[in-house]
Amino acid sequence: MDRVNVHFEDLQEGDEITDWPTVDNISRTHFVRYAGASGDFNPMHHDDSIATKVGYPSVFGHGMFTAGVLSHYVTDWVGTGNLRKYAVRFKGQLYPGRNLSIKAKVTRKYKEGDENRIDADLEVVDDQGSVLVTGSATAALPSRG
Amino acid sequence: MVDKSIIGTEMGGSSMLVERGKIREFAKAILDDNPVYETEDPPPPPTFTMAMAHWPAPQGGQGASLSKLGLDLLRVLHAGQEYEYLGEIKVGDKLSTRSQISDLSEKEGKRGGTMTFITSETTFTNQRGEDVLIARTILVQTSKAAS
Repeated sequence: MDRVNVHFEDLQEGDEITDWPTVDNISRTHFVRYAGASGDFNPMHHDDSIATKVGYPSVFGHGMFTAGVLSHYVTDWVGTGNLRKYAVRFKGQLYPGRNLSIKAKVTRKYKEGDENRIDADLEVVDDQGSVLVTGSATAALPSRG
Repeated sequence: MVDKSIIGTEMGGSSMLVERGKIREFAKAILDDNPVYETEDPPPPPTFTMAMAHWPAPQGGQGASLSKLGLDLLRVLHAGQEYEYLGEIKVGDKLSTRSQISDLSEKEGKRGGTMTFITSETTFTNQRGEDVLIARTILVQTSKAAS
């Protein structure tokens, strides 16, 4: 069931993954569904009248929505049980209508105890070129051996 | 200016039963179509515990809330989030949490004013007493209300 598509031997430090499919046409429905699932009903994410009153062009997504989308690209890559650390920083707002591109770069490959680990830097950018989220992940990868 | 002495302050704890339906709902909300979430025993997605982050603190608890620590919630934004996965979390587990303020730092903002970064750290312990997850929430308080 687990969709691990990478093994420790497949990756080298400096490898970049830039060909993951984009997430297109982000909508208010995405934000509302995330609000329901997470319980975060901050009106900035679903009520345009409040978001525009404080100077935003419209509602925008929860940082943790984008971080959640990013996390599933990471677990599709390394496997759901293999993540050891995951960290994100919020850099910009995600507005409805935007498309998301997700990139990763392997920064370190090493042994930790009996685990074969990699560290990777992560980034989510929208179709205007704005960086929305940066992050990092540490994963223990299966070996082909 | 927030007083550095709040580092180490214990926040309220909570508990959560890890439910299959909630995991599936959360996976859908982050657009994850991995078929593992349709199974009897899906793993929680990496950020799943956000589903309890907005539960109200228990009434009459010992912990301090952010507003009691001198933070102005209108000026506080979520700046970042970090997780350390220490052990497996499975459907049916009962997780209990304890949280504390773990760090506080200040930085000059690009547009003037001081930004205060506050980190709260929550440890999740399962029904067998094993620590399975550490989550850190980094909040930033700007020096003036956003205009």
